[in-house]
Amino acid sequence: MMATNQNVTLKAYRYDPDVGQEPRYDSYQVPIDETTTVLEALYYILERVDGSLSFRSSCRSAVCGSCAMFINGMNRLACRTQIVALNSREVRIAPLPHLPVIKDLVVDMAGFWEKYERVRPYLITTVASPDKEWPQSEEERKAIEEAIDCILCACCHSSCTMSWWDKGYLGPAALLKAYRFAADSRDQAGLERLRLVANEDGVFRCHTIFNCTEDCPKGLSPTFAIQELKKRVLWKKLTFQM
Amino acid sequence: MIHHQVIVVGGGLAGLRAALEAAPQVDTAVLSLVHPVRSHSGAAQGGINAALANMEACKDDNPEKHAFDTIKGSDFLADQDAVEIMTREGPACIIELEHWGVPFSRTPQGKIAQRPFGGAGYPRTCYAADKTGLYILHTMYEQVVKQGVRVYDEWAILSLIRDGDTCCGVVAMHLPTGQIEAFQAEAVIFATGGAGRIYSNSTNSHICTGDGMSIAYHAGVPLKDMEFIQFHPTALLRTNILITEGARGEGGYLVNRLGERFMEKYAPKAMELAPRDIVSRSIQTEINEGRGFEDGCVHLDLRHLGREKILERLPGIRAIAMDFAGVDPIEKPIPIHPGQHYTMGGIDCNYRGETGLKGFYAAGECACVSVHGANRLGGNSLLETVVFGKLSGARAAEFVRGKASSQGNANAVEQALARVVAETEKLRSADGKEDPASLRLEMQKTMADKVGIFRTKQELAEGLAAIQALQKRYREIRLNGRQKRFNLDLLRNWELKGMLDLSEAVVAGALAREESRGSHSRTDFPKRDDVNWLKHTLAFHTPEGARLEYKPVTITRFQPEERKY
Repeated sequence: MMATNQNVTLKAYRYDPDVGQEPRYDSYQVPIDETTTVLEALYYILERVDGSLSFRSSCRSAVCGSCAMFINGMNRLACRTQIVALNSREVRIAPLPHLPVIKDLVVDMAGFWEKYERVRPYLITTVASPDKEWPQSEEERKAIEEAIDCILCACCHSSCTMSWWDKGYLGPAALLKAYRFAADSRDQAGLERLRLVANEDGVFRCHTIFNCTEDCPKGLSPTFAIQELKKRVLWKKLTFQM
Repeated sequence: MIHHQVIVVGGGLAGLRAALEAAPQVDTAVLSLVHPVRSHSGAAQGGINAALANMEACKDDNPEKHAFDTIKGSDFLADQDAVEIMTREGPACIIELEHWGVPFSRTPQGKIAQRPFGGAGYPRTCYAADKTGLYILHTMYEQVVKQGVRVYDEWAILSLIRDGDTCCGVVAMHLPTGQIEAFQAEAVIFATGGAGRIYSNSTNSHICTGDGMSIAYHAGVPLKDMEFIQFHPTALLRTNILITEGARGEGGYLVNRLGERFMEKYAPKAMELAPRDIVSRSIQTEINEGRGFEDGCVHLDLRHLGREKILERLPGIRAIAMDFAGVDPIEKPIPIHPGQHYTMGGIDCNYRGETGLKGFYAAGECACVSVHGANRLGGNSLLETVVFGKLSGARAAEFVRGKASSQGNANAVEQALARVVAETEKLRSADGKEDPASLRLEMQKTMADKVGIFRTKQELAEGLAAIQALQKRYREIRLNGRQKRFNLDLLRNWELKGMLDLSEAVVAGALAREESRGSHSRTDFPKRDDVNWLKHTLAFHTPEGARLEYKPVTITRFQPEERKY
């Protein structure tokens, strides 16, 4: 581990389409201690060095999903990335790869949300709701325990090589959401859930490269969810239910 | 110019709930500073209160008992009619959330699980592990997608447009392009969240700048009870990230340097589950009197709960403690101290969200319906967002249906837009001698040091003078981000003016209120004074600063009594 209370060189990707210049990296010297996060360093630059720097942030506690960036070769949340843990004298920060850049570290998420909406990301029930809650056992609740923890930060979406080449591919985040409902004992969409993902832009585009799982800042495995969906689709097809 | 019949400002829980109510009835759109799932509602952890009586231990619970606990918790400053509405509507609102898909934790019988929380007579807090806000927010957004409600995200609100006594829209800036637009509407609902970031030690997200409160205040709508600032007992050392009250609800201990469970001195019956104002004062007293740990903290000890319970019920705060303090609560106690957490005060409105300005409504933390009074109980803020989000959305839709289109306000809208464009351009090119980041830091430090948990006349007077000096220096600031796109410097310093004015309203109210009630603890006036101070503070914005007025508290069934826990 590096010594603390020293300076680190932070290189941030800079690009403003309104200005007729190519993208570049600007270097900043940032004082850090053993707990300084990348997000804190960005705020230091914004407030003390360069007020024109743009980035997204909100909760600074890894729950809102705003500050996903490409930091020293990996998609991470800036707020939960401590600089000393990067073990490097230089911190290189770029916007999430393969998303259009709005400015500096801010990317256009429209494509991400469009895919999210394609999986009908809401509980579907077909019979009348009871007066009380839908009953759900503790076991049944456990089945969705991981999938509901997704914060939609797009780290996985941006690191998935299949999403890079196939712009129509739903990608890991949307498929994890699809799984979250398919696995929920209360959901009554049935085969409709699987039909939404049982195509070449869906689960079968996943080649189990595991980039999504590696980059997920919440420790989730979209790959696992996608394989679960594949299994369900295959079973339905093999038994002529689909 | 963009037009919708109802504009909801804020994409957190109160705003989305209001929009879901209004959208099926009238043309409704949501304007949000961040994408809705990034809202601060998602940081809520421990749960949402409603007297569902789902557990054996709470089978005798009912909305009336919930109302009494809330009113006692408020130190009798809450409006009791509004509290009764909230607790009565609570169970149906929770069931609705469940039907929408919120993945609540379950009892062995398959019902929504409930846990004990501070100041509550029964386990009444419905929870989903310790990420209740996150799950409800995502579910609510899913319903917005399902209903196809129009959302304008990353629009920062800059101003409220009024034409005489009527609200007719807002002016907002689209962050990705820097474009400034007028949104004309027959009704505007503010659900813009709290103002935690006026303090240096807040648990709140960076976006909790009180922008909606200050914009309403500047537009002539009074703010109510701003001096009542909640300090959460357990904010993580250094970062002030929230560690849920659910940790104590599940049985966690608060321990000082001497190894004592010190709450037995302060609240022998309720212990760690006394209301937040009391627990925060107790922790601060331990620290002030030298029984804290070296970094100025005490310990929240969960080790005796065991690995399994921590992993099942409290996985979120375990991750937070590990990521941000390097402590695994299964093996070590969590270092915590009190941190600013919630603004009980806000835009003066009633339970239908109605304010003094026609067509202008408020809901959620930015509002002061007055259900929390002088101290909010944990688990009541999520409840407030869904109940009063729904009621304000319904009321706004009803108001709009009975009203002709506001095309007649076109002049007022044009003028407001032109004024705001001119003001933002002036700010963007501001080139004075004052560094705004320093002003912000000084404001935050002043509020934390002078307007904190324990208050005195002298410190409050010093605090007021300091804030007023900062307001003057603000006129001389310089900006250094000049670009159109995603100009954080411009946005943050537009907000800073409002934050300074809100700070002034908080300090002025606190200085005037010569009693101790709930979160407002004056060491020079240690007793509650119902004869002189059982009343709400109203702060009106004037060019000279906050002007204070007072109005009575609504008392229905519960006469003020001494608070003992």
